[in-house]
Amino acid sequence: MRMTDLAAMHAGESGTVTRLDGGTGASKRLEDMGIRPGVRVTKISGQIMHGPVIVGVGSARLAIGHGMARRVVVAAD
Amino acid sequence: MAQNGKSGGPPIQKILLIGNPNVGKSVIFSRLTGVNVIASNYPGTTIDFSRGYTGHGENRIEVIDVPGTYSLEPVSPAEKVVVELLNRAVEERGSIVINVIDATNLERNLNLTLRLIKKDVPMIIVLNLWDEAKHTGITIDAEKLEEILGAPVIPTVAVTGEGIKQLVDRLQEAKRGTYRFAGEEPWQEIGKILDQTQTLTHRHHTFMERVGDLTIHPWTGIPLAILIMYAVFQVIRLIGEGLIGYLFEPIFEILWRPAMMALSRLLGSAGTLHDILIGQLIDGRIDFGQSFGILTTGLFVPFAAVLPYIIAFYFVLSFLEDSGYLPRLAVLVDKFLHVIGLHGMAIIPMFLACGCNVPGVLATRILETRRERFLAATLMSISIPCMAQTAMIFGLLGPYGSRGLFPVFITLFIVWVAAGVLMRNLVRGESPEIFTEIPAYRFPHMRVMLKKVWMRVRWFLKEAVPFVLAGVFIVNLLYTAGVIPFLGRLAAPVVTRLLGLPLDAVGALIIGFLRKDLAVGMLAPLDLSMKQLIIASVVLTMYFPCVATFAVLLKELGVRDMIKAAIIMIASAFLVGALLNLIL
Repeated sequence: MRMTDLAAMHAGESGTVTRLDGGTGASKRLEDMGIRPGVRVTKISGQIMHGPVIVGVGSARLAIGHGMARRVVVAAD
Repeated sequence: MAQNGKSGGPPIQKILLIGNPNVGKSVIFSRLTGVNVIASNYPGTTIDFSRGYTGHGENRIEVIDVPGTYSLEPVSPAEKVVVELLNRAVEERGSIVINVIDATNLERNLNLTLRLIKKDVPMIIVLNLWDEAKHTGITIDAEKLEEILGAPVIPTVAVTGEGIKQLVDRLQEAKRGTYRFAGEEPWQEIGKILDQTQTLTHRHHTFMERVGDLTIHPWTGIPLAILIMYAVFQVIRLIGEGLIGYLFEPIFEILWRPAMMALSRLLGSAGTLHDILIGQLIDGRIDFGQSFGILTTGLFVPFAAVLPYIIAFYFVLSFLEDSGYLPRLAVLVDKFLHVIGLHGMAIIPMFLACGCNVPGVLATRILETRRERFLAATLMSISIPCMAQTAMIFGLLGPYGSRGLFPVFITLFIVWVAAGVLMRNLVRGESPEIFTEIPAYRFPHMRVMLKKVWMRVRWFLKEAVPFVLAGVFIVNLLYTAGVIPFLGRLAAPVVTRLLGLPLDAVGALIIGFLRKDLAVGMLAPLDLSMKQLIIASVVLTMYFPCVATFAVLLKELGVRDMIKAAIIMIASAFLVGALLNLIL
C-alpha cells in the first residue's frame, strides 16, 4: 500500500480515500459529491500541465481541479 | 399507508422537485406539467426555478422545478434558490417535495435524501434513470428502500415517460420520511441502507464508457475536441446554407417578391408609406438585403438570413448538450480558461452565447463566484457575436471567403483572450477550481431534442423578430427626420478618422443597440470595402450589447458592474477598431 493523493496517482490506478486535507469548505464539497474517507476511487485521467483530474467514484465520474485533487489523500492498492 | 390526507394534512397545493444536478428533474417537470423547460445532459442546466401546474380544477397543483444541488448548504447562487424554496415549503402546509434520485448513483444521491428527510417535509422519492441503472448492472429494491426510508419510492425513466403515471397516482401518498440518524454525517447510515437495497453485478465497461474516456484523455481528447468543433462548424454551415438555398430564399424570391412588387406599384413606387413598407427600389427592383422596408428587408433579415442559422446552431447545440459532451470539453479547456481567470465550466455559457448572449449571460450562474460571473458575462458581451449577427457577417463578408471572415473572428478571439487576461489581473475576487460531475454519455432522444430546438427558435421568433421590424421602422424614421446624417457629422471624427468608416455607418452603430443582425444588415447598402466591413463587423460586436443582453446584464451584474463592463466595452471597441484601421 502506498500513500499518495488524487493528483499524483497514475491514470487507471485505484485506491481508498484516507483523508481530506484543507479547509472545511472544500472538504465539505468533496464529501457532498461522494469523495470522503473510506470510499474507493479510480483515477481515470489527469490533464496535462496540472489540469483537472478525472476520478471514478462508484458509477459517477467527477472532474476535480488539480489543487483540490492534491488534498485528497489516497491509499493506493 | 398513512396518506397525507388521512394524517390530517391539507391537500397538496405545491410540489418542489429537488435532487442532485443532472438527474432529470426538468424532464420530470415537463412530464408532470406539460410545460416545456430546457433540459440537457450537464450539471447546472436549470439556473432558476420554473413553475407549472399539474391536474385540473380543485386538484390543480403547482409544480416547481429547481436547480440541482448536492447539499442543503448552498455554494452557488443557483443552489441558494433551492434552499430558499425548500425552507418556504417546510413552513407552508400543503407543500410536498419530490426528491429525484439518479438510480445509477444511489449512494451520493441518498446523502441529499437523508438531509431532506431531516427537514421533516412530506416527500416522494423518484428513482430516475432506472433503465440506465439496469444497463450498468445496478439492481435496487425499491420496495425495500421505501420501507426503510418511510416515504414512497417510485422508479421512473422520465425521458420515455415510464413510471410517471405511478408517480401521479401516488402523489397523495407523500409523507414525512421516518428514517432518522444521529449526528451530522449520514454516510455510515447510507452504507447500511445500500447493503440492504442495492446489488451490483459487475459488468464490463460499456462501449459508450470507453468512447467517453477517450474524449477526456488529454492526448486523444484534444485532437477529438478540435475535430468535433470543426464538425460543429461545418454542420451548422451545411444546415444553414441548405435551409437558405432550398427553402427560405426560394420562398422570398418565388412567392414574396411578386406580391411585394405589386404592392410597390400600388403605392406608386415612392412616397413615405412606400419607403417604410417596401423601402428604396434599386434599379427599379426590390433588393431584399438593401431596400430596407419593413415588409422587405425587415422580414428577409430575420427569416431568410438569420433564422436558418438559428435553427442550425440550436440543432447542433442541443445535440452536444444532450449527449453529455460539454462537461468533457470543459475539462479539456480548463487549463486554458484559467488564463482568463475562469475555469473550464465557463465554456458552457460561452458556447450558449454564440447562439444568443442572453441565455449566455444567464448561464454564467453555474459559476460559483461573483468575480467569475462578471468576467464571463463581460467577456462574452465584448467578443462573442450571437448567431444572428454571425449569420449576417457571413452574408456580408462571405463573398470574400476566408480573407474577409478570418480577420473578424481571429480579432474577436484575440480580444476575448486579451480582455480576459487584463480583467483577470484587474478584477479582484476569487476564481475557484473546476469541480463537477461528468455525466454518462447518452444518445440524444430525437423527439426531446427537436422540441428543445423548437422552444429556442420560438423564443427567437417572439423576442427577436419584433425588434428587427421595429428597428427597420426606426431607421426609416431617423433617416427621414435627418437624425442619422446629423449624428453622422457629430461623430465624424471618431467614425471616419479613427475607424475609417463612412458617416452613414453611424446609423448601424445606433441600431446595433436594438439588434446587431440588423445593424450589420445596414452596412449592405453602404458600398463598403472589405477592410471597412471587417472593422465595422468587429466594432459592432464589441462596442455595446444589444438591448436584450443589456437588460439581463443589468439584472445579473447590478448597475455598478454594468457601468464598469460598458466602459470596458466602449473603450476596447474603439481601440481595436482603430488598430484594425491602421493594420489592415
